[in-house]
Amino acid sequence: MPNIFTPLLARISPLKQTLSEDDLSIEVDAKNLFNNIEFAASAGFDYLVDITAVDYLSYPKTPVARYAMVYILRSTDFKSLLTIKSFIINEEVESITQLFKAANWLEREVYDQYGIKFTNHPNLKRVLNHHEFVGHPLRKDYIITNGQHCSIAESLMDEMDVQLEKHNLKDEEHMFLNLGPSHPASHGTIRTLVALDGERIKAAVTEIGYLHRGFEKSAEHHTYSQVIPYTDRLNYCSAVMNNVGYVKTLEEMLGVHVPKRAEQIRVMLMELSRIMDHLVFLAAQLVDMGALTNYWYLYNPREDVYNFLSKLSGARLTNSYMRIGGMSHDLYDGYEEDLQTIITNVQKGCADALALIKHNRIFHDRAKDVGIISAKDALSYGWSGPNLRACGVNSDMRYLKPYYGYDELDFDVVLGSHGDVYDRIMVRFEEIEQSIKIVKQIQATLIDGEINIADRSIILPQKKEVYTSIEGVMNQFKLTFEGIKVKPQEYYGSIEAVNGELGFYVVSDGSGTPYKMKVRAPSFLHIAALPEIIQEYQLADAVITLASLNIIAGEMDR
Amino acid sequence: MDIKGATNLLGNEVITTKLDEAVGWARESSLWPMVFGTACCAIEFMSVAASKYDISRFGAEVVRFSPRQADLMIVAGTITYKQAPILKQIYDQMSEPKWVVSMGACASSGGFYDNYTTMQGIDEVIPVDVYVGGCPPRPEALIDALLLLQKDLREKKYNPNRHANFKGALDA
Repeated sequence: MPNIFTPLLARISPLKQTLSEDDLSIEVDAKNLFNNIEFAASAGFDYLVDITAVDYLSYPKTPVARYAMVYILRSTDFKSLLTIKSFIINEEVESITQLFKAANWLEREVYDQYGIKFTNHPNLKRVLNHHEFVGHPLRKDYIITNGQHCSIAESLMDEMDVQLEKHNLKDEEHMFLNLGPSHPASHGTIRTLVALDGERIKAAVTEIGYLHRGFEKSAEHHTYSQVIPYTDRLNYCSAVMNNVGYVKTLEEMLGVHVPKRAEQIRVMLMELSRIMDHLVFLAAQLVDMGALTNYWYLYNPREDVYNFLSKLSGARLTNSYMRIGGMSHDLYDGYEEDLQTIITNVQKGCADALALIKHNRIFHDRAKDVGIISAKDALSYGWSGPNLRACGVNSDMRYLKPYYGYDELDFDVVLGSHGDVYDRIMVRFEEIEQSIKIVKQIQATLIDGEINIADRSIILPQKKEVYTSIEGVMNQFKLTFEGIKVKPQEYYGSIEAVNGELGFYVVSDGSGTPYKMKVRAPSFLHIAALPEIIQEYQLADAVITLASLNIIAGEMDR
Repeated sequence: MDIKGATNLLGNEVITTKLDEAVGWARESSLWPMVFGTACCAIEFMSVAASKYDISRFGAEVVRFSPRQADLMIVAGTITYKQAPILKQIYDQMSEPKWVVSMGACASSGGFYDNYTTMQGIDEVIPVDVYVGGCPPRPEALIDALLLLQKDLREKKYNPNRHANFKGALDA
């Protein structure tokens, strides 16, 4: 057992505990919940990964109470995971917002989706569903198709008034302006209400949920395999990455390991996804600064990646290429040539763009020392990925908790130092270079062999078998209609996705359908910090600060 | 003086045509899209606008994010119930004549998001002229929708009263 857990267990004495490798899951009494989390935070688990709840209403084995709260924490070195679970009786629990800034929005989401109230929460209102919504959709007795129209957007002045009071500002001395949701710089789905003094932002309130499309409820109504296309549309700029994050979690729950070749192909595609995602980020970021030329330089190489992905999977953007236990099929003949084209063109695009901005006075003046966040605040907000690395914190799971042979690959973790817009841009430029390095290494070492595991209860049979034997037909039928059976458990799995730690908290009940699925979406945690970091900057700075967080709405709102 | 007389008089100095045709030709050749992009389809729209597919070949590259300056709304992405009043407001702010293209499965029908938060097609709140299938549609499919619309305009099929009887869920 890692030493980090010893003082924790000596003090907490949980009702139940399960230990696996670096991870510990404990169940504690609701009465001591806050104190236990506070102690865990002081004993080295000071990074909040996620908060969610589970509704056990229709769970086969009825537990002690209908709702349970789940808190997932990480140790300071990001290597150990602590899951604290607690059944709650009266649908009320103490807020932990004073311990972690990230808890604010995470608890609002639990309130919104499950109706669990948090005492001492500073702003307990809905975050994903609209303000006229009645009920709590992730409760098991809420019917999935029960949609509710929204007649008008909310004013947000209730939250703004609190902000004005907090900063000692007078209502009549400011101009209020809506940035979004329909605004070229807000990427269609993010709304920020700002109080302006001239061009300067004195207070801000951000509203999200405009692209909340019910991923988690939909997942509860589909088999594990049917969820894969939904994961494509989380971060749709890098669909394969989400596929891998999801199937890897499921494979860990099933206790299976994909063959080495499958791991290598996955790494290759994940790094390609990282490249293509960063390309969109950089293209959009520079357009938001008014530098349109970069858009053509940086976006066009994406077409080469699309070309490769459509040959591989049949789709340009939403690939659904991964399967639980492997992938739909192997690489195509002659892919090497396409891969080389991608690498050449991406490098050329980045070089061209950098030639325009690297020594460009306007770029430097606009990006440097703008939208700064300290490493401490970023960690408290639960930031991860390139945004956190721009603050100088190494949180890269590929390096800290290597999977799929990342430890055998030679690459640098790219770190910034200021946590400003400039660092967030430059970290991504360099990460593209590092990902190219990884892709080349994989290509050079790619081994022959199987791409799928040989387990008929997980992988579909060959078509030839389905058409010629009754066993094959039955096998196909059962896997398609009943789904892959996952034995009852609660598990959190994650990968280092483009925007940071992409995690899936899955509750299985033994059937072929997830009982509950929560996505730990990095963008959701990044956006929560926006109102704070744009304060006292100019309006135009807010636009590029928002862009520099690379918020992908599909992932943020799910 | 009839048209023939005018043509004789002015020679090759002017081209005479019908007003309808001239207006149709102008409309057809200078559609100004307002991209209501929310999700994955918006990324594919970026491809349509980039060099490879290049929407400017069809005279529709002046993308405006202000509804006041646009006449073609391209709804690219899932529209949720929360987004619906915003969509309607933007649509109402566009001046006539205006057209709407519903890009992709979500905007057209809710797509595979048959759930509590996703509107089952934008035609619940605003009228649609062209639907494009796909999740997301390939860039060619969106260009095809644009060509369909242009064909209508060229053939003077534009009818300003075509949606007169439309009543959306958010209309009072």
